[in-house]
Amino acid sequence: MNILVCVSKTPDTTSKISFSGDGKEYNGDGVTFIMNPYDEWYALVKAIELVEQHGGNVTTITVGDASNDIIIRKALAIGANDAIRVDAKATDSNEAAFQIVEVAKQKNYDLILLGKETIDYNGSVLGSLVAAQMDLPYISYGTKLETSDNGVYTVTREIEGGEEVCEVAGPLVISAAKGMAEQRIPNMKGIMMSKSKPLVVVPPAAYDSKVSVVSFELPVQKKGVKMIDPENMDELVRLLHEEAKVI
Amino acid sequence: MSVLVFVENHNGKIKKSGFEAVYFGSLLAKNMGVSCHALTYGQNPDAGTLGKYGANEVHVAAYNGDFDTQVYTAMVSEAAQKLGAKAVVLAHTANGKSFAGGVAVKLNAGIVTGVNAVPVVDNGLIVQKSVFSGKAIAHYKITTDVAVMTLAGNSMQPVVTGSDVTPQNIELNLPAAKIRVIEKKTSEGIVPLPEAELVVSAGRGLKGPENWSIIEELAKALQATTACSRPVADTGWRPHHEHVGQTGVAIKPNLYIAIGISGAIQHLAGVNNSKTIVVINKDPEAPFFKAADYGVVGDLFDIIPKLTKAVESFKSHQ
Ligand SMILES: Cc1cc2nc3c(=O)[nH]c(=O)nc-3n(C[C@H](O)[C@H](O)[C@H](O)COP(=O)(O)OP(=O)(O)OC[C@H]3O[C@@H](n4cnc5c(N)ncnc54)[C@H](O)[C@@H]3O)c2cc1C
Ligand SMILES: Nc1ncnc2c1ncn2[C@@H]1O[C@H](COP(=O)(O)O)[C@@H](O)[C@H]1O
Repeated sequence: MNILVCVSKTPDTTSKISFSGDGKEYNGDGVTFIMNPYDEWYALVKAIELVEQHGGNVTTITVGDASNDIIIRKALAIGANDAIRVDAKATDSNEAAFQIVEVAKQKNYDLILLGKETIDYNGSVLGSLVAAQMDLPYISYGTKLETSDNGVYTVTREIEGGEEVCEVAGPLVISAAKGMAEQRIPNMKGIMMSKSKPLVVVPPAAYDSKVSVVSFELPVQKKGVKMIDPENMDELVRLLHEEAKVI
Repeated sequence: MSVLVFVENHNGKIKKSGFEAVYFGSLLAKNMGVSCHALTYGQNPDAGTLGKYGANEVHVAAYNGDFDTQVYTAMVSEAAQKLGAKAVVLAHTANGKSFAGGVAVKLNAGIVTGVNAVPVVDNGLIVQKSVFSGKAIAHYKITTDVAVMTLAGNSMQPVVTGSDVTPQNIELNLPAAKIRVIEKKTSEGIVPLPEAELVVSAGRGLKGPENWSIIEELAKALQATTACSRPVADTGWRPHHEHVGQTGVAIKPNLYIAIGISGAIQHLAGVNNSKTIVVINKDPEAPFFKAADYGVVGDLFDIIPKLTKAVESFKSHQ
């Protein structure tokens, strides 16, 4: 099996969010970046597991500048065989998807795996963009994935208030959610080997922007908490009804 | 020209997210000076009621099969072309998110997902969404001729502005489904977490699964859905679909009551878009109080039964 896994970087959750003075750009100065958890823990590890079972190759792809190389090396240390980075500053999912497709269509991948969502821009859209451009079936929020060697995949996916088990023949695109695999910590051998695994940097294809950033802003701070006497829960209920108007 | 709103059919029922999307679509259509069309499919007896929430016309496609991203993509993009849609709106639900991108590709449109306010029309659409797990707000401009967006749940309260319309059939050329659904499991009766308006959530402060009944009683009194922090799901006290936060479900209810949860940043990431937050914790220094609207300091095992009683007495007087 040849599997392509989309991995992206995201600020560590505990980092403070700030923007440039004109509000047009995210300010990553002094921020620690990590691999997007859904990409690392679920999509990547599942790809590695499938190749361990069925043989094949795991390639990662990342759209972004050289600051992504740290997380790409980590993906190689966890067990990906090789990596591709498209050297573009993808401003949004529309563009990232376009660049990924440009690379993916050059080779017949059996499966393209990605995370269910990036935890910074929370798009949850890239998978459907990639699948549609390649005319492939797409299954989102996979929590379980199995395949035999006949190219048919059985996927459990999250739906509102439950789950659905689907069957589909590859090639296809699947986004991974919690449950798909267990996080793997890179070991010393993996880290040593990752240094010599291929990371190919390719230039971006020409892209016509469809969506542009107007501005970012921080939400208005909460007014501050109103403390209620633990002996007076009627008061809390009254406030929820009369003041907050939520019950 | 029009705005097209896709409305999911859940076994012959339309969920709140569908009415929200139509109401949103009608406000957008007004801003753009065009009409608002709704599209649904299959046996959908309530389709005509979409007129009440602002759909000028309601179209019904003949599709009763499984959820397949390529079929749904064809359904919505073909209807959009037929109806001259300049904007396509879907609800930001598990299914909506799964094929909204496909619709954008077919229509050569720019897409923004999780939009939470009516767009501003200015040589394109300026849309707003929450990013960095609720820690910031982004404004994007979709510059393509056609725009696709998904609407975040609970972003607006649908308002009745019109009356029922007679649904009409729409002929579409749909491909055969490639995805076969072999099993579907949904929990009946309770409102699924992503749609819930009222949520009662508990954390490690509950000490063990045997104490969960006090949470369920409060939830029952409020008719709320239950949720939990990640360690609670990880240790198997509660099922994983109840786990909220950065690695779980992100929710946006009107009311979130957090009981015995410390308020770690990864937990807050999933809940800080809630309209009103109540925090109950014995530790006055718990970080969650900083994100709360109302706080109660004390032992949850004392407080929760009292709160449940207060809710029941309030409900019985309504
Ligand atoms: C990458 C990453 C992702 C994560 N994702 C998530 C996520 O999605 N969701 C999530 O929830 N967590 C997540 N976490 C874990 C998170 O950091 C916290 O560890 C977790 O949220 C703590 O859960 P808790 O509040 O239930 O438990 P604790 O932190 O142990 O807090 C228990 C609270 O209960 C209070 N308490 C105890 N007894 C009583 C009593 N009798 N009455 C009243 N109050 C009482 C205590 O004062 C305390 O504040 C993630 C962590 C990492 C590193
Ligand atoms: N710049 C990128 N490079 C590679 N993969 C990406 C990039 N952005 C997003 N992805 C993948 O797409 C998934 C969904 O992203 P999004 O639709 O932006 O929430 C992520 O979990 C990644 O697997």
